[in-house]
Formats: sequence, structure tokens, C-alpha cells
Amino acid sequence: MGKIVVDVMLKPEILDPQGKAVAAALPRLGFSFATDVRQGKRFEITVDGDVTAAQIAEVEKAAEVLLANPVIETFTVRAE
Amino acid sequence: MRIGVVTFPGTLDDRDASRAVKYAGAEAVSLWHGDADLKGVDAVILPGGFSYGDYLRCGAISRFAPVMTEIIAQANKGMPLLGICNGFQVLCEAHLLPGALTRNHELHFLCRDQTLKIENTTSAWTSNFKKGQEIVIPLKNGEGSFQCDDETLKALEDNNRIIARYVGENPNGSRNLIAGITNERGNVVGLMPHPEHAIDSLTGPSTDGLPFFTSVLNALVGK
Repeated sequence: MGKIVVDVMLKPEILDPQGKAVAAALPRLGFSFATDVRQGKRFEITVDGDVTAAQIAEVEKAAEVLLANPVIETFTVRAE
Repeated sequence: MRIGVVTFPGTLDDRDASRAVKYAGAEAVSLWHGDADLKGVDAVILPGGFSYGDYLRCGAISRFAPVMTEIIAQANKGMPLLGICNGFQVLCEAHLLPGALTRNHELHFLCRDQTLKIENTTSAWTSNFKKGQEIVIPLKNGEGSFQCDDETLKALEDNNRIIARYVGENPNGSRNLIAGITNERGNVVGLMPHPEHAIDSLTGPSTDGLPFFTSVLNALVGK
């Protein structure tokens, strides 16, 4: 079985209140490393057999119409 | 006049939207998300709620429901279409309206009576308001922050496509205090606050929401 991973992130100019909340929580727990946190989504898609270039292309189409909203998000697709 | 009110799995405000349609003097027709038949209605309302549990993104899955294919086709031909709250999110996901609704900037779910200023009185759903009129209707959402790029924002502002703005402090981080917008033609309107909950002083903070539902009757008579 092959796996295709889609990572979806808000575009840099879109406010990410969840990421901001995480960034604010880290120092309260003693973690002082973060200057910024952005939170995204990860999809793991399982397919039969090894991942093909055609499947990657199909997933890219699906990401464009459903998995991501191109108005506010960017995405990357890769085999894993 | 027959106005369709769509129910998706997870829709909450379909009953109140139907009630508002009846208060306005029209017939409310229930439409089911899985049924592509619009039953010959003259206009459609996508009510508030949490369709498909807000999974993936608010409105992202509802946008592909069978009923939406026909609604999108009719809206593109000029049929009046109002999306309230979750319905507004569906309209943005369906690209009938530009931009997107994102998480409130303070992360909290808001539920309160909100003052709005009506900016556009020429859309199918706002002709019974006066320009600049202030109204108070409920606002209740977790993802009501209207976001779009600068170019889209300029187009909305320059073409009188802002339906209403929040008055006072920005409740959710929406750009330019935007509470609602319309498309170029003025037949499709998305609104984050809830006019259908403000049509009777017994059950709402005011009756300020009713003109949204009476306005569309003018639009339909005039066509």
C-alpha cells in the first residue's frame, strides 16, 4: 500500500488565531523557542500498490477543489 | 412567492428561516440537501448551523451536496439566494461570493445581539432598508472572520458590494468590519449575523431582521 500526504497551510497573509493561541501557550509551559506558530492540516491518503504519478496528479486536483480552499490556503502533495 | 429553505445534515436555523419567510408573507418550501429538485421556488435561503459538522472547513462539504448544483446554476441566472452564517460559508466555498470565513480572531464562539450598519440597499435582499440604517440582530458563530485579498476587498468596496458592517468593536476580525457582502449582480447575499432570529420582539432582540425577507419579495415582483 502506498501513501500520499497532503499538507494544507493557511496563506502567510491570513490570520491564524489557532497558531497564535499555541504560540502564546508555549512560553507559559516554559518553552521559549518559538517566535511564531502556524497551524495547518495533514491528510494521509492510502492507495493500492506503489504511488503513481497519475495518482499524485489526481490528488492535486482533489486538493484544489476539496482538501484545500485556494482562497485562503496553499497545499503540497507528496508520496510517502 | 415560494422561497426554498435548505436543510443539510447539521443545519440548525432552517425552522427560523422558514418562519421568517412566512412572517414576510411568502410560502416557505423545505429543500433537502440530497435532492437536486428545487420544487420550482423563486428564491433560496441557505440557513445557519453546522452542516456536515463543519468537517474539513465550514461549508466545504455542503457545497458539493446535490441540491447545490441546481442552486448554483439558478443563482448564476439571477435567482435570489441568501446565505446566513453557515450559509454564507457555503456561498464562499461554492465561489458564488469571494473571500472566505475563518476562525474568529479571539478564537471564542460569539453569541450576542450585534449592531450592524446597512451599506447596500440595492441587493435583492436589502431594498427595504435605508442606506446607513443601524439594526440589531443576533450574531452567533465561531468562524465569522471575513478574509479576502486586497484586490477583492477593493472591488467589494468600490462596487458597493458590502451589504452590512459591524458597528463598534470588530467582533471577529473581519476585514473592514464586513458582516455581509453581495455578488456583482446583487442577487446573491451572504450575511454572518442572523436576521431570521430578529423578526418578532417576543423571540428576538428586535424585528430588524424582517426587511431582509420582505425585500426579496420586491425583487421577485419587480422581475
